[in-house]
Amino acid sequence: MTAELTRGQNHPLPRARLEIRVSAGTPVVAGATLGDENGKVHGVERVAHPGTPILPGLEVSRQAAADHRLAVDLDAVPDAVHRVSVLLALPAGGQGPARFGSVAAPFVAVTGLDGDEVASYTLTGLEAESAVVALELYRRQSAWKVRAVGQGYAGGLGELFTDQDLPGAHRLAGDIQDAVARALARSVPAPPARTADGDRSRPAAAPAHDSGTAAPQGTGGGVPPTAPYDTQGAQGRQTPAAPGQQAGPQPPQPYPGASQAPGDSSPTGRPSAATGAGPVDYSHPRRQHGAPPPPPPTAPPAAPGKPARPVAGDATGWSMEERLYNQVWGMFEDLARSAAAYRSAVDFADSRMEKELDQILSDPRNRVGGQGDAAREQARARHGQLVAQAREALDRDVAQLAAEAEVVEPALPAAYACWDSPVWHAYRVPMEIPLALRLGDLHLSGADPVRIPMLVRLPLERGLWIDSGRAASLDGSFTDSHEMRRLGLETAVAHAARLLAVYPAGEFTVHVIDPAGSGTQALAPLVETGVLAAPPALGTAGTADVLARLTQRVDLVQMALRGGAPDALPPGLDTSQQLLIVNEFPHGFDDRAVNQLRYLADEGPAVGVHLLLVADREDSAGYGPLLDPLWRSLLRLTPVADDHLADPWVGHAWTYEPSLVPSGSQVLRQILTQVAAARRP
Amino acid sequence: MTVNMTKGQAISLQKNDGGSLTSVRMGLGWQAAPRRGLFGSRTREIDLDASAVLFADKQPVDVVFFRHLVSDDGSVRHTGDNLVGGVGQGDDEAILVDLQRVPVHIDQIVFTVNSFTGQTFQEVQNAFCRLVDETNGEELARYTLAGGGAFTAQIMAKVHRVGQGWSMTAIGSPANGRTFQDLMPTILPVL
Repeated sequence: MTAELTRGQNHPLPRARLEIRVSAGTPVVAGATLGDENGKVHGVERVAHPGTPILPGLEVSRQAAADHRLAVDLDAVPDAVHRVSVLLALPAGGQGPARFGSVAAPFVAVTGLDGDEVASYTLTGLEAESAVVALELYRRQSAWKVRAVGQGYAGGLGELFTDQDLPGAHRLAGDIQDAVARALARSVPAPPARTADGDRSRPAAAPAHDSGTAAPQGTGGGVPPTAPYDTQGAQGRQTPAAPGQQAGPQPPQPYPGASQAPGDSSPTGRPSAATGAGPVDYSHPRRQHGAPPPPPPTAPPAAPGKPARPVAGDATGWSMEERLYNQVWGMFEDLARSAAAYRSAVDFADSRMEKELDQILSDPRNRVGGQGDAAREQARARHGQLVAQAREALDRDVAQLAAEAEVVEPALPAAYACWDSPVWHAYRVPMEIPLALRLGDLHLSGADPVRIPMLVRLPLERGLWIDSGRAASLDGSFTDSHEMRRLGLETAVAHAARLLAVYPAGEFTVHVIDPAGSGTQALAPLVETGVLAAPPALGTAGTADVLARLTQRVDLVQMALRGGAPDALPPGLDTSQQLLIVNEFPHGFDDRAVNQLRYLADEGPAVGVHLLLVADREDSAGYGPLLDPLWRSLLRLTPVADDHLADPWVGHAWTYEPSLVPSGSQVLRQILTQVAAARRP
Repeated sequence: MTVNMTKGQAISLQKNDGGSLTSVRMGLGWQAAPRRGLFGSRTREIDLDASAVLFADKQPVDVVFFRHLVSDDGSVRHTGDNLVGGVGQGDDEAILVDLQRVPVHIDQIVFTVNSFTGQTFQEVQNAFCRLVDETNGEELARYTLAGGGAFTAQIMAKVHRVGQGWSMTAIGSPANGRTFQDLMPTILPVL
């Protein structure tokens, strides 16, 4: 039950752990001050702001954004604090607006962790103010209440802090604006609706996937099929439904509502189904909040006679993340289809020329004089003309997609970004599982400049197999088998690290089986940063032990789910997603272990246990066809560029290149160190 | 400006203002079979299917129909199979053609209608097929199928390249067949 507050009105707070959502039509700085019973703020250490985002019981965003979620735990706030003032300010300098009077009225809402709104307040009537105290959470007889304040300050944050008796008010105001300016300079300018940090929330309302137990995965309408990568040729022309975007280099459409504040259009949205007592949860598993999505980014108006410039996030979706996901898939499909048009035209031209040349050859009249040569010449010219036309159409499409990729790539959040993207430098352990994960890049010969991020949905639906088999790489050079094994494990470590990094702290556990101990060097980033559940298991005994534990876990969770009693799991059972890395399979595996692994591959993904095998298929040739189902159930990836992945629409062979950390970069270790630190209580 | 087309009539897909068409839709509509009282769901539904066959120099290159909804190149899209029909007014099935994206070697696109459930057009009420300019919703041509005789299929029309632009020719040849494959012998002479 939401209370819509007016200025000065108060409302009791039923819980101590809350989230405060802010939506403004323009990037704003959000912060909070902790005051004593008289409202006095004793020092700069009592102010949470982008430069110091975390205080006990309080966390604010690190940068200015149109949408914020501030996390509040009133139980963790020091006892001396009696008042938490939530403040908003416009970033100083830059091209942004300088007064709240010139932007849409900001909207703030206090919600529970499940997204349930407790109270909301729209800050209307602001004029020349550039900073405002939006809400106040205050203690009243050991209970907390919220009050809508809406007190604005034309003198900005400095004046606001002065009003709260803060020593050094103006200096702090300057520091905050500096921190914001630095964060703005770091962040990607493309998506104006929100920043990469803007949509974090605690996934409390999502038991369905954060426990890693429930099976159904959300695929909303218009979202491309979830497991579209297939081994080559498996998909034919009977693709069931066309996903997502329309074909063609669509000029991005200007969106007239972009300037409207999200708060203006029914900010409360649908009630969260998490509160309902009914047995059916109608809420979208990935859409925990009913707030309207931020408007898609606006395409700048096109210059006359030219196609509009592409923008990042120009696709449908409920969040920037989902839009980018759909956009990447749209680009993938468009490129596949453009290439299909080109190849089909070239095939046709070839066969037509062949037929014509045959005819010329079989016609006896052409055997004398230059008649035959002229006819041949003509046939070749017709061929060349058609191919040139087709090439022109393809080049046009590729140029358009390359331009789009250029703006999309830098806008991608960490889970979608390549390792050398700057977003990894601004990495924070996320609060929410991302929609998808980048496993590498895809490109198509003939359309080389365009690289499509290969995004797969999370949680993973299939295990991964890094093929360390001796394969001729595309440039014809052979990598020796020892080197391939090392590269294979390195690739696996990069994938595992990315998975660890994009899951919220403690919700992803990695086990390693390295029977021969040959992967010590490649595994070092995982081992040394302490993100592994246990040191890599060695030898047959170690292998058996890890497999037995995971098998038991799958069995238990399955039983609980089938029995309809997911709460009945034994205490202490780790409910996070599990990833098992197996190096040099089947080395160190006996028959029993192989069977257990097959069981995990089949049954694991549904209950949150995933495989990441580094294996050369030749090594297990002794098993004969017995292991074929295992290999088929895994998504095959390669440690080097290899054209083995087919798109789901026309089945081109795409060259896959894994997402690897640039050599010499410390980004992996830095991120894993953060992941390990976030796990410690 | 709707042209009620007759067999063999050709219209050029040039706009009135001289610009060329960029996107057309072939719509197919028919009225669902009348319901019987009790156990109405046992009524024999009427399932008509619209298909488009893409030709390059009289060779079929690609087909868009209910089992292959998008041509490989993405230029021709079927909006989805309708198994029962509608009220007999709106389009129940539609095929969208983005003429700008049609591969350069495709020179003809033939639209066909089949009765998948086997009723002849005599038994189908209010069946029609029309061609619409997608950019503004203007109906370019309309064909009434009803009274089409004891046939289960019809080659509706073809859209073909003329110079730099496209032109459309109404065909209206009746045929018999369950899916477009059965129609190939009927299609080839009209190319």
